[in-house]
Parts: sequence; structure tokens; C-alpha cells
Amino acid sequence: MTDSDVWWSFKSSPMTVTAAAATFLIIAVAFLSPVLAPHTPFDPATLSLSDGLKPPVLVSPDGDWTFPLGTDDQGRDILSSIMYGTRLSLEVGFASVIVAMVLGIALGLVSGYFGGSVDALIMRIADVQLTFPAILVALLIDGVVRGIISVQRHDEIAIYVIVGAIGLSFWVQYARTVRGSVMVEKNKEYVQAARVIGLSPVLIMIRHVLPNVTGPVLVIATINLGLAIITEATLSFLGVGLPSTEPSLGTLIRLGNEVLQSGDWWITVFPGITLAALVLAVNLLGDWLRDALNPKLR
Amino acid sequence: MLAFILRRLLQSIAVLLTVGLVAFSLFRYVGDPINAMVGQDTTMEQRDELRTKLGLNDPAPIQFARFIYNASSGNFGLSYRTSEPVGRLILERVPATLELSFCAALFALFVGVPMGVYTGLYPKHWTSRLFQAVSLIGISLPTFLIGILLILVFAVSLHWLPSFGRGETVQIGWWTTNFLTWSGLKALILPSITLGLFQLTLLMRLVRSEMLEVMRTDYIKFARARGLTNRAVNFGHALKNTLVPVITVAGLQLGALIAFAIVTETVFAWPGVGQLFIQSVQFSDIPVMAAYLLLIGLLFVLINLTVDLLYFAVDPRLRAQGGGARVAGH
Repeated sequence: MTDSDVWWSFKSSPMTVTAAAATFLIIAVAFLSPVLAPHTPFDPATLSLSDGLKPPVLVSPDGDWTFPLGTDDQGRDILSSIMYGTRLSLEVGFASVIVAMVLGIALGLVSGYFGGSVDALIMRIADVQLTFPAILVALLIDGVVRGIISVQRHDEIAIYVIVGAIGLSFWVQYARTVRGSVMVEKNKEYVQAARVIGLSPVLIMIRHVLPNVTGPVLVIATINLGLAIITEATLSFLGVGLPSTEPSLGTLIRLGNEVLQSGDWWITVFPGITLAALVLAVNLLGDWLRDALNPKLR
Repeated sequence: MLAFILRRLLQSIAVLLTVGLVAFSLFRYVGDPINAMVGQDTTMEQRDELRTKLGLNDPAPIQFARFIYNASSGNFGLSYRTSEPVGRLILERVPATLELSFCAALFALFVGVPMGVYTGLYPKHWTSRLFQAVSLIGISLPTFLIGILLILVFAVSLHWLPSFGRGETVQIGWWTTNFLTWSGLKALILPSITLGLFQLTLLMRLVRSEMLEVMRTDYIKFARARGLTNRAVNFGHALKNTLVPVITVAGLQLGALIAFAIVTETVFAWPGVGQLFIQSVQFSDIPVMAAYLLLIGLLFVLINLTVDLLYFAVDPRLRAQGGGARVAGH
């Protein structure tokens, strides 16, 4: 399919256009949060307990326009927390997709290009890992890292641990897809020609084989972005993700959940809506991309 | 068929051994088992003595064999956190998780499949479109968020249902059950819906797309031409032929159900195995993690094996071929 076909299929689907607009709006607002956010919620110097537990303006006369979506029990502005939290969630999501993608592509290329026992070993590991849901693998990796390093140190590097854990739990799909394409491509004339003129396997893989698999890899990456964001939020909600000194959307929802019984719903519900909207928009984009780039994948 | 089953069995054993190796490495090399057993004032000599006595100085393969032997007889060592035997800790919590997963699976199956059949038969009807839209939202909402929203509506605002715990349970032997008391049954409702919703949407979408495909085939037209009732065509011919992929996904999702029980149990403070696992991750309680990993591995392998064997029961073509190649598509 040519680029203009993809563009046409994009334009002719109003849902996709809306999803794309929503995704870019959320990304833009999140990354501009230091400029746009009305408060810096996690700087203790700017907080005042007397601002605590203010309800949102639109539902209650007790609301305060300085805190449009209300505040939590510490007096932190919910709107600003969400903006900073979304940025963190997106950063972790993108970073872990990149880790999974690089790892999966590398292993898939090696596996498909060399075949034999290397291939068998990598694919058996993939099989075993596929037996377990990604969230379990991520939880396990996180637990092991906690066993090796101290708690203090863990909080400092929590974000890298999470990115690594999610990245490691999502590589299999890329590796399988890339391996399949490589096995088809490596017997074609152009690859044989490249081999005849004496190019190194690494160069052949990266320059000649890799460009042929970018389509499916892009599709998997988009779909995985939504999954990665959900996984990070779930880990943080379970209390094994990012620390509450630097909250992502999942951490915000967990903090709100702790006071949910007293009826202060806004602390949980607004970060929840943001998370759901972000994931829904990314998933819709992923679905569309899958259909537009490769109808056979359906 | 026998050759196929044997090969699958061998593969399953290989997977289990790999999982066992991972669990063993965790148990043996992450964290020191000795530290968990002795006090601060134990001297180095005493520690070394204990180490030799426990066989921690033996070659790794012997230790691995001993680990597998112990695990197969239910002995997983002591928890670092509570110093209780891990086997007993897990066993106490198994009924809670299994009852929850069972209810969630029933909910997903008995609501998801009929919804899928309906939307597949009448794809243009407005209720079908509504189901489709709701299912898209259901897939995009993380499990824990659904749980929180349900608690907010049905427990905090309406006070209809409890938001945490199992309610009153009845003890039958070592098994504790929710099914025999009113408060136990009420406590099951929200967690089961939370846990089952994702699987429900997945099943619904799968059955829908399979039904749409099957309804276009010639044998459906022929069945109609023979004058069979709608009921016979829709359920006897169409639904039956969608079952192979549905069984696969439903089976594999049973495993996911138990994995995601971790999240649901945390949201609803449900005293199951998943909650125990989360606590062990937080405290890096390695023996519990290793045991959980082994149990889940065993469970998943058993599920996969059962699903493979079910194909033979559902699809006569596989039996005729004598196993080997698995037929994809129709």
C-alpha cells in the first residue's frame, strides 16, 4: 500500500481522526505540563493543608477556581497532578515500548537470519514466556530486583526497573513477527546478492532486511503502547511501580483509592478518566493502523 | 493422535522444568535463605554449619533436583515475611482465588457468548452497536479502574454491596467457601464482574466475528433451504462451528483470569493467592514468589494441554487425520 492510500483511509474514518487528535492533545498537554500546569503539585513548599480535599468547581459550591478539579487530602491540585502524571505514564510507556522493540527486533533478526540452534533456543524461551501473561512477568522481574537491591535505592531507580520489566515482558511478539519476515526475506535475490558482495551479516540484517519489517513492527508498537501504559498503571496501582513521591496516573489512582470510602471520588475518578481516554485513543489508532497497513493481519 | 499427545506432554514437561529452573534460581541465588532462618547473633561458623547441614554447599544440579522433589511434595520452605511454611500459606488462600475465578469465568461465558451470538446474528441492530461500543470501552479500561468505579457506585454511593473481603465463609474440611452464606455470595458479585469483564468483551468480540464468518458459508444457506428452524441453524450449525477458536481463547483466558485475580484481589482486599503474591513482591519474599511461579506454571501448562486435547473432542477432522498438523481456519 502506498502512503496516499494510508492517508485516505485515515481521512475517511472520523473515529480515527478523533482518536489521533485526542492522542496528540493529551501528549502535547502532558509534555508541556511544566508550562501549562497551574500548580507544581509535588513541591511541598507550595502546598497548604488548608486547601485540602476541595471538591471540583462544577459540582459543588465549595469549589475553588484555583483548583478546577479539586484537591487531594494534602492540598495538591488534581489537574496539575494529572498533567504531570500523564507525562510520566507516557514516558514510561514510550520507553518500555522502545526497550521491547529493540530487544525483540534484535532477537528476531538473529533468530531468523542464523536459524539452527540459536533460533531454537530463542524461540523456546519465547514460548515459555508466552505461557505467562505480561503483567506476571513484569511483577516477577520487579520482585527480583527488589530482592537484590535495597528499598532506598529501589525508589531512586524505580522508573528504570519498571521500564525494564515492562520492556522484557513484551519482546516476544516483535521477535516472532521479525523472525517470520526475515525467514521469507533472507532467501530473496537481493539478500543473496548482498551476501555475495561480502557484506557482513549485521549490515545485511540492519540495512536490507530490517526495512521490510517496519510495517508490522509499527503496528505492534502502537498496540503495545496502550498495553504498556495499562501495565505501568496497574503495577503502580498495586504499589510495586513508581513511588508516590513521583506519581504516575496509576499511583494517583492508588492514592485516591485509599480515601475512596469517605466519598472523595474526584481524587480517583479524574486520573482514571484520563488514563481510560488515553488508552482508548491509542488503541483506536492502533486498530486503524493495523487495518490500513496490513489487511491480512486481521 | 497418541503421538501428538505424547509430543505435547513432553513439551509441557520441558516448559515446567524451565519454570522450575527459574524458580530455583530465584529461591537459591536471590537473597540468602540462611539470613531468613537465623538471628543477628549467629556466628559465621554456625551459619556455615547450617549451610552444610541444609545442603546449600552441594553442587547446583543436586540442589535443583532436591528443590523439584520438595516442591512436588508441597514443601516450598518458609516465608521470609511470616516464617510460616509457604505451602500452607498458599493452600489457605487457594479456595478464595479459585471461587472468585470460577464465578468470573461463568459470568464471562454466560454473558459474553450470548452477546456475541446476538451481535453476530444482527450486526446492524442498535443493541448490537451498543454492545460493540461498550466492549471497546471495556477493553480499554484497566481492570483495577473498573473495580474502583464499581466500588464507587455500588458500595460507596448506593450501599448495596460490600467493597472488600469475602464476607462470612463456611469451612468444609480445609476448604473455605463463599457459596453457602448470603453475605459471602454478595461479596462475590463485584469482584467477579470486575475480573470477568475483560474476558467477557474478548469472548463477545470473538464469537461475533466467528459468527459473521460462519453465517456467510454455504452450509448455512443449505440448512435454511432445508427449512430448518432459525434456532437449529443458529445454534446447531453456526454456533457449533465457531467453537474451536472460542475454546482456545476461553481456555487460555482462564490462565489470564487467575493472573489478573492479583489485581482484582488487591482492589477488593480479597484474601486470595494473588494478594499473597503482591505482598511477597513488595517484601521480596522469594520463597513465596518461587512457589507461586511454580504453581502458576503448572496451572498454565495443564490448561494449555487440556485445550489441545479438547480440540479432538470438538473437531472430528483432527481425529480423522490422526493428529499432527493442527487445522487452522475452516
